Amino acid sequence: MKILVCVKQVPDTNEVKIDPVKGTLIREGVPSILNPDDANALEAALAIKDNDPTVKVSVLTMGPPQACEMLRECLSMGADDAYLLSDRAFGGADTWSTSNTLAAGIRKIGDLDIIFAGRQAIDGDTAQVGPQTAQRLDIPVVTYVQNVEIDGDKVIVQRQMEDGYELIEVKTPCLLTAVKELNEPRYMSIYDIVDACSKEITIWGHEDIKLSPENCGLKASPTQVFRSFTPPTKGKGEMLNGTAAEMSKSLVSKLKGLHVI
Amino acid sequence: TEDNVKKDLSEYKGVWVFAEQREGKLMPVVIELLGEAKKLAAEIGTDVSAVLCGDEVGALTHELFAYGADKVYQAVHPELKNYRTDAYTKVIQEAINQYKPEIILLGATHIGRDLGPCLAVRCDTGLTADCTKLEIDPDDKKIRQTRPAFGGNLMATIICPNHRPQMSTVRPGVMDKAEYVAGREGVAIRLNVSFDEDEIRTKIIKIVKEAGELASLTDAEFIVSGGMGLGNPEGFELLKKLAEKLGGTIGSSRACVDSGWIDHSYQVGQTGTTVKPKIYFACGISGAIQHLAGMQSSDYIIAINKNENAPIFEVADYGIVGDLYEVIPAILEQL
Ligand SMILES: Cc1cc2nc3c(=O)[nH]c(=O)nc-3n(C[C@H](O)[C@H](O)[C@H](O)COP(=O)(O)OP(=O)(O)OC[C@H]3O[C@@H](n4cnc5c(N)ncnc54)[C@H](O)[C@@H]3O)c2cc1C
Ligand SMILES: Cc1cc2nc3c(=O)[nH]c(=O)nc-3n(C[C@H](O)[C@H](O)[C@H](O)COP(=O)(O)OP(=O)(O)OC[C@H]3O[C@@H](n4cnc5c(N)ncnc54)[C@H](O)[C@@H]3O)c2cc1C
Repeated sequence: MKILVCVKQVPDTNEVKIDPVKGTLIREGVPSILNPDDANALEAALAIKDNDPTVKVSVLTMGPPQACEMLRECLSMGADDAYLLSDRAFGGADTWSTSNTLAAGIRKIGDLDIIFAGRQAIDGDTAQVGPQTAQRLDIPVVTYVQNVEIDGDKVIVQRQMEDGYELIEVKTPCLLTAVKELNEPRYMSIYDIVDACSKEITIWGHEDIKLSPENCGLKASPTQVFRSFTPPTKGKGEMLNGTAAEMSKSLVSKLKGLHVI
Repeated sequence: TEDNVKKDLSEYKGVWVFAEQREGKLMPVVIELLGEAKKLAAEIGTDVSAVLCGDEVGALTHELFAYGADKVYQAVHPELKNYRTDAYTKVIQEAINQYKPEIILLGATHIGRDLGPCLAVRCDTGLTADCTKLEIDPDDKKIRQTRPAFGGNLMATIICPNHRPQMSTVRPGVMDKAEYVAGREGVAIRLNVSFDEDEIRTKIIKIVKEAGELASLTDAEFIVSGGMGLGNPEGFELLKKLAEKLGGTIGSSRACVDSGWIDHSYQVGQTGTTVKPKIYFACGISGAIQHLAGMQSSDYIIAINKNENAPIFEVADYGIVGDLYEVIPAILEQL
């Protein structure tokens, strides 16, 4: 069985600071990490491999050359090989273009049984790339996957819903997007970190995956960012004073005065 | 995209809403989408339609008319009873190709966020995710879609100028609900629906319900939310007393959910539910940006926190510095 995991390098949004004047992100000093849901996706693939050593796990990303760092991390967790789609023409992609480029890369890798992606990347936050990539490859997709069981050429998954889950059966090849409830990602092992150095990272540009520059990146993106800004905060109100009893009394009388209670 | 450039954009007319139903009931977000669609349609000078898929749609069609849909496109088939990606994508894509809407709104639910991206690729157009604000550009009448990104740290306004339909998923709980006008009528249009064998490639073995409290959080007028400042899960019992006295419900920060103190369906915020009650009490919640993203548009925010520098006070209409275990009983006494 061959499994591919789509992984994205993202800024750690817990550490992101915004320039309040320009309304832009200050990326300096913000660590880049493997997108958290993608770590769950990779863990799911590696767990399948743990049970069946003949399984091959590859990872794929579209990104700048620095993304190699993240791919090394994935190899150190136990992935067998890694692919980087990197080209100036891929820059500025929306999810239409990202999924088009990833799908072209996946077609070139070929012959996969399961493709995993994360549900959502913590920077763009759209959760669109997984299902869109599946559409382009014309394979079934199940999103929000919180449990996976393999049964021959069938996969039985739990699809998380707002109020429970659906148990879904789907045949391979298929694409599944992982949520954090799926598993606990493993750490890299020292052995694997050393081993990972000898593993290969294949780098492809637009010609390698037979994609014309018109069909990738910013050029092909139907959506455009018109402007970005920091979220307006609701202004600070009134701080109440006194003992707990006094503050409570004054709060309740103010709310009654406003006719909200 | 070469085909797209040739698409005649002026052929695309009308605002569509995906009328997501589960077990024969419309999702609350559909009513919010209709409210928003009405506003947008009025500014463009067009009408509002709903697309409804299911195995039985009669009653829901009337409900959609009452909430303001001028037309309801009905797709009726046993295979459409429960949402499945392949079935819904096929049916709605065909409807889009035939009737050419200018704008399509879907709720950013676990279903809308699955269907929306698939439709967008099939129709060769863009999709803006999880929008919290929609506006019509007064000059060119195109839609401007504003959404949070980077974990709520940044807002982006997205446009889709050269492709149709313009599509958005919209965050539940954010838009104002459409008004219900009993007896309002509209035009029902049946869509042709047929499936080939093996065309729907997933099978639902069973549907398991674990919690059913979501709706009560989005609809609540009063929410008393607790954070790690509660110190232990039993703290929610105290909050429940206040919530019940006001006729509302309790809510939670993600930290309490992650600690296993309370079910995820109570979580307010970026990765939980967006709420806008009349009064939101934040008790022992620090006010992380991801939490604020889900409650900032409440009418009144009351923060109770031991730490006077807690960021939650920056958004509070009334701030009380103190121990919630002293303050909440004192408030209860006053009510
Ligand atoms: C502020 C802002 C707002 C944006 N809003 C939109 C929008 O509304 N609509 C839109 O179409 N685009 C939008 N984009 C562009 C979007 O972020 C990019 O297209 C991005 O490349 C992919 O989207 P995402 O980060 O949302 O990924 P998601 O769709 O959330 O990612 C889901 C999964 O897809 C896989 N994946 C995603 N990207 C890659 C990659 N480069 N390589 C390998 N696997 C990957 C991962 O497994 C990931 O977990 C926005 C960008 C910004 C900066
Ligand atoms: C991608 C991402 C998504 C996220 N999504 C969400 C989300 O949807 N919702 C969400 O809430 N969080 C979310 N978070 C987590 C968020 O960043 C915070 O970690 C979380 O909100 C903190 O919860 P808290 O305020 O309960 O806890 P803390 O930050 O630990 O705050 C506890 C507060 O209680 C006060 N306190 C302590 N004791 C008392 C007392 N006796 N009386 C009064 N006050 C007291 C303290 O002063 C402190 O301010 C997300 C994070 C990430 C990275």
